[in-house]
Amino acid sequence: MVKKRGENTSKKIFEFAEGIVEQIKEEKKPKMKIPVRSLSNVEWSEDKGVLTLGNKKSNRYFFNVGHARKFMQTLLIASFCKDIVDENIHASIRDMYYNLKHSIGDSKENTFEEQSESDPLIVDIETALNLLREQLHLLADRKGVVVGNVKVRDRGDVIDWSKLGSGGWSIPSVVEDIEFVDVDADFALVIEKNAGFERLHEDKFWRDYNCILMGTGGQPARGTRRLIRRLAEEHKIPIYVLTDSDSYGWYIYSVIKSGSMALAHASDKLATPSAKFIGLTITDIMEYKLEKSIIRANDRDIKRAKEMLDYPWFQEKEWRRELKLMIDKRIKAEIEALSSRGLKFLTDTYLPEKLDKKEFLP
Amino acid sequence: MVVEGKDAEQMAKEHKEISISEFFEKNRHLLGYDNPTRALLTVVKEFVDNSLDACEEARILPRIWLEVKPTTSDRFRVMVKDNGPGMLDKRIPKTLGKLLVGSKFYKHIQSRGQQGLGTKGAVLYAQLTTGKPTTIISSTGNGKTSFYELMIDVKKNEPKIISHKYVEDGRKWHGLKLEMEIEGRYVDSRTGVPEFIKEVAISNPFADIIFDGPEGRMEFKRGTNELPPLPKEIKPHPYGVELGIFRRMLQDTSSRSIKTFFMNDFTRVGSTSANGICEVAGIDPKISPKSVDRETTEKLFKSMKKAKLLRPPTDCLSPLGESIMLSGLKKEIEGEFFSAVTRPAAVYRGEPFQVEAGIAYGGKLPEDQAVEVIRLSNRVPLMYQKGDCAITKAVEKTNWKSYELKQSGSNLPRGPAIVMVHFASTWVPYTSESKQAIASYPIIIKEIKLALQEAGRRMKSYVIGKRKFEMRQKRRKKFERYIPEVAETLNKITNEDKQLIKAKLQKKAKEVTGVKISG
Repeated sequence: MVKKRGENTSKKIFEFAEGIVEQIKEEKKPKMKIPVRSLSNVEWSEDKGVLTLGNKKSNRYFFNVGHARKFMQTLLIASFCKDIVDENIHASIRDMYYNLKHSIGDSKENTFEEQSESDPLIVDIETALNLLREQLHLLADRKGVVVGNVKVRDRGDVIDWSKLGSGGWSIPSVVEDIEFVDVDADFALVIEKNAGFERLHEDKFWRDYNCILMGTGGQPARGTRRLIRRLAEEHKIPIYVLTDSDSYGWYIYSVIKSGSMALAHASDKLATPSAKFIGLTITDIMEYKLEKSIIRANDRDIKRAKEMLDYPWFQEKEWRRELKLMIDKRIKAEIEALSSRGLKFLTDTYLPEKLDKKEFLP
Repeated sequence: MVVEGKDAEQMAKEHKEISISEFFEKNRHLLGYDNPTRALLTVVKEFVDNSLDACEEARILPRIWLEVKPTTSDRFRVMVKDNGPGMLDKRIPKTLGKLLVGSKFYKHIQSRGQQGLGTKGAVLYAQLTTGKPTTIISSTGNGKTSFYELMIDVKKNEPKIISHKYVEDGRKWHGLKLEMEIEGRYVDSRTGVPEFIKEVAISNPFADIIFDGPEGRMEFKRGTNELPPLPKEIKPHPYGVELGIFRRMLQDTSSRSIKTFFMNDFTRVGSTSANGICEVAGIDPKISPKSVDRETTEKLFKSMKKAKLLRPPTDCLSPLGESIMLSGLKKEIEGEFFSAVTRPAAVYRGEPFQVEAGIAYGGKLPEDQAVEVIRLSNRVPLMYQKGDCAITKAVEKTNWKSYELKQSGSNLPRGPAIVMVHFASTWVPYTSESKQAIASYPIIIKEIKLALQEAGRRMKSYVIGKRKFEMRQKRRKKFERYIPEVAETLNKITNEDKQLIKAKLQKKAKEVTGVKISG
């Protein structure tokens, strides 16, 4: 299975390059078609419930002064990816940058001057070839931990997520090759905050409720997002997301559920439309009498909330209500606000009640 | 015995004695001898003008050897030698040793030494400042050579021959050599002798000039064998004559009647016009010009100015022409682009004139400096009074930004360029007696601007073309820089022939950055 996917990547890159060679042989001006990734080309797919990349494509010509350098750089990256895929090794995007950086001929110009030049071109290749970064064997930053009654096979090792002590399993940046050996969970709880994860882990919440507990540490990394998607897709695990009660926390939820604008092309792999929001909401603040722990929303929070009101994927009445509440009352709250009702309030009261009443936001 | 009284003849003679020496003394500043620096330049200028004029008139391609060497701290020996027609032995003393102030006053011809004292003035200046005679060696090609040492007897206004030999030496040469010692000061600046010689070389590219100065020898090689046509003398046009001159013309004319005076002594006046002028003035056309009194003269003068007359002929002028200008600029200026424009002749106040402009651009010219303006008046470089001159003003009033030079306000433009303007006329209107700045008549400014604009347009299209070319070069270089990377990478991925990919891309790079040939 591993081999097969690598071959696919390698073949796609080969065909991509071969297409350019053909154009050169026919003495055409060689070009590559790259999907447009500006916001104008990001669409909300109502059917799929995810953000997708539109059909707009732009041509990158070698014989265009504005394109020539990027054209060359794109090929260099493609070639690098093909090499590491063929060798079945992985590289970080910074590794790649250093590996490809060299002076051109006897000029003072380098193939890449900054990593900021190579990073966006990786996404160009991803979108142009319909391959994910993971399939290109490029590693993004790893972030996120998981515990639960799950056994996986990773590079030959079987890892039991229930026997990893206090740390949990650190989610790799590429989870494509992870093989699920045994999954025994009724649902997965994804927590934005590491502190919340620590609390629930210590309280053995996942044992008591037979769930998978995942901490994203802020905006989830690609590996974490892919893992959530695979759990939901391959094992039909319900996904519940717990974030702060503010526009940023809610947006993290929407990224997990619907994908992000920056990676709209990968929504089919990274977004989990079945995910549901467990909390915190502004309504919770009132219902659970957390008024003492309220934080006043600043202008940036309000501005963000107003923007979100316009997003087509925030149009459910529940979400509109929460956003408007936040804007009207100018308040927000952190997950830790629940601790004002006792340190175990989250574990013993809040979550059990929510789960019991199935009080989720879409 | 009459002791106190002097007869009329004696008085007249005395009067003359005083007037000539005094004239020079009092008018040194007007005649170009106001200070030692200027005096040295004036002597050089008179020598060079004289040689160029003589050669041109004889249709000989000039070869001029000029030497300026210090003899003491404030004295210089100035020598000029040319290959001109030479001078007849017996005419040498009169030609060079008798002052005829304003001899060219009526002459309506485009000439270098339009007014002033010419070589004679230099002879006088030498004798006034060093007391030494001028040495003249000349031959007309008859196998005989004249040797003179000459001074001017200021009292009699006659040549004073210090020594004279006329030798049959069988040498078949023609030309003139003048040598004198003068008081002077040598500077190497924008108004100095070397700059003057350089500008002479540019404006007279048909001349071979060797300048052996205090700092060594400079050679200005001939750039063309083309001589400009000889200017023709014309009679004055009524519109251009001033009252004083008109009065003297009436005195000096050989015409018997006022009517024939107008017809013979002026250009563009026919029988009808002459009758008309007299009629308007209320004068009988048959009376003798010499009998006309002061009041009548003024009446005639006024009616003459009002008469409807054709413009003066302009074929009497001798512009340098575009090819001579180009050759001059190209041989002395290390530019990369040159343009030259000769305007059609025009007329100001009855005097025909013609403007020419040349531009040298780029090459080794300094990028960020005010452009140098070479001003020529009847082919002679003007060295002083730059700011008062119509040429400078016209250059400043031209909008050089439209022609790809920098310019702030109405200042001289900045950029790698040299601008040359030639003003040719039968009568150059100088702003003052020192004759270094052309008067700013609107029509003159307009003509100069038109010439500059045309030359500027040509320069602009070159600059734009060059910029486009450079941009194409830059693009091609960029493509060519990336081609090996692209070929290598494509070869790595697909295993296709690297050299083939490279060759195809290089071919295409040339194609897409090449000049597009339409049709």
